[in-house]
Amino acid sequence: MKLLEYQAKQRFAAAGIAVPPGRLARTPEEAADAARELGRIAVKAQVPIGGRGKAGGIAVVDTPEEAQREAARILAMDIRGYPVRSVWCETGLSIDSELYLGITLDRDRRRLVIIFSAAGGMEIEQVAEEAPERIAKLWPDPFAGPHPFEIRQLAFAGFENAPELRSRVPKLVTSLVGLTTRLYGVVTSLDAVTCEINPLVLTKDGNLVAADGKLEIDENADSRHQDVAEELARDATGESGISGDDPFEVEARKRGLTYVHLDGDIGCIGNGAGLTMNTLDLVKQHGGEPADFLDIGGGANAERVRNALEMVLLDPKVRGVFINIFGGITRGDEVARGIIAARDQLHITMPLVVRMTGTMEEEGRTLLEAAGIVPAKTATEAAATIVALTREVSA
Amino acid sequence: MSVLVDRSSRVLIQGITGREGSFHTGQMRAFGTNIVAGVSPGKGGSNQDGVPIFDTVADAVVATGADVSGIFVPPAFAADAIMESAAAGIELTVCITELIPVHDMIRAREFVIRGGHQLLGANCPGIVTPGQCKVGIIPNHINTPGPVGIVGRSGTLTYEVIQGLGQAGMGQTTSVGIGGDPVMGLSFPDVLQRFADDPETRAVVLIGEIGGSDEENAAAWIRETGFDKPVVAFISGRTAPPGKRMGHAGAIISGNTGSAQSKLDALTAAGADIADTIEDVVRLTAVRLGTHPR
Repeated sequence: MKLLEYQAKQRFAAAGIAVPPGRLARTPEEAADAARELGRIAVKAQVPIGGRGKAGGIAVVDTPEEAQREAARILAMDIRGYPVRSVWCETGLSIDSELYLGITLDRDRRRLVIIFSAAGGMEIEQVAEEAPERIAKLWPDPFAGPHPFEIRQLAFAGFENAPELRSRVPKLVTSLVGLTTRLYGVVTSLDAVTCEINPLVLTKDGNLVAADGKLEIDENADSRHQDVAEELARDATGESGISGDDPFEVEARKRGLTYVHLDGDIGCIGNGAGLTMNTLDLVKQHGGEPADFLDIGGGANAERVRNALEMVLLDPKVRGVFINIFGGITRGDEVARGIIAARDQLHITMPLVVRMTGTMEEEGRTLLEAAGIVPAKTATEAAATIVALTREVSA
Repeated sequence: MSVLVDRSSRVLIQGITGREGSFHTGQMRAFGTNIVAGVSPGKGGSNQDGVPIFDTVADAVVATGADVSGIFVPPAFAADAIMESAAAGIELTVCITELIPVHDMIRAREFVIRGGHQLLGANCPGIVTPGQCKVGIIPNHINTPGPVGIVGRSGTLTYEVIQGLGQAGMGQTTSVGIGGDPVMGLSFPDVLQRFADDPETRAVVLIGEIGGSDEENAAAWIRETGFDKPVVAFISGRTAPPGKRMGHAGAIISGNTGSAQSKLDALTAAGADIADTIEDVVRLTAVRLGTHPR
């Protein structure tokens, strides 16, 4: 789950990290009220993706009338598929410098990494590529968290190439020890896999303020953070649950299925991520276009298979379905029962090619054959068959 | 010969009384695995089909001398189970459970390593030394002994390769599934090192997928160490769109890292043969072994 900027900032503030004063507005009138209260403000689209500034989703306004007009414009926007449902109205900062502070998962080191740079702002990715010496990193002990001395080392390293800040470095390093410790606490308590303050603004009066906030929670830990999920759901409108998300993917989440919606016309169901990815690769290799990636996962029972088939068929573009099962923890007889139940209940008449092998494979094949569904011998053969059959249907 | 587990392995199962734990314990015993104990807190003193059950891993180790553990507990408790296993002195912990929060896994992995022990997984199919020992969920009937070492991130694709090679008359020394999570225990180089040390492993099949840089790291390791056994590599997710998590928590192309092409390039540069399909894996492995598929 990705938190919106204002939700991330609320959590930063609760942890004692300074953020600019702000108000959430869901209507232009609420934005005007915020301007009356706060004065000169930035009106910022609340969408869970970057690049909203370049897309015109941020406006700086001086008066309530202007705030109302700009909020109306931004609230009508759709930023790369994400309709804007709310705007965050916050006071501007008198900016001296823009820094960067982030915590994310380092897959190679298999730890969290804390990243600090004195060169924050929009071009941080370019800095990372072209001047990596301006980016400092710390991989804290996962049990102890970052020690103050380690954060000081990180901070001093990050300021090394910022001579313009030299006189203020000692005080800034002290502030960063507290700030980084608090941010690390936010990350661990929320099971965050990405947390970014960019820019971390050094104000003219010498304070560090989080001018933006990104927080993404590990999907595997969603169940520990139901409060966040409920909050996100309140911010969404319409049936989709989370604003801007693909409606098929939202439906799949409700059904508890691992599903990625794609553009093609061949529904793909597999068990195990690698095998399902390979199922898509095979369809493409044979000239077909996958409509989706649906991994029924380990140990799926007949009901889950039926549910999966039903899910794939919700996409009106689907003209044929390829089911590719290699049983380990998944049992062939359960899969077969699910396929047969789905075919009968949903009156499926489009091409359905099943390739099944592994645990309880004989039982599964026997069930399928008795129901008039002939399993393909290999995944490659099955891919060729479904692509050919789907072409016939389309022709 | 084999790597990591063999007929002398004394295996205990954490979560033996659960649906998957009990089913697969039966499968492992049918395979010939020496299952010496089960652990299920609160059920100590009972037994399941003759396997004694203990409340804690420590009790089980004292009573049975178990040295390998297979974990089948739900995700919320899995990281704790991993640490319990390592704390009890279990040399190799194999965690099958998927969907474990990554923060839990970072700590559990670190805990195991600090104790000087080994972790395989999580979110993995386990490990098989044909004819000797299986810990995990790899289907029994596909495994045959032979000269090939297999290491893969994806469980089901590993099964595909085991079966494909087996049908062509090429068995395995050991097949190892390292799992599809971004933070896992043993990685490709760890397993390749064991295959390097095993005289009977004459060729290795490496099954990777999009996301992260583990395949690139494996390629770098192969070059740096001068690993001299033939490697046949297969990467799934070649057609996956960037930014989409393809099932496995780890299978996502983000920014410039994780694409199939980068992995294929690195492995090619390291001298690996690249297979485009499972059939290709079988053909290329046969060529490298100097045998001919039936």
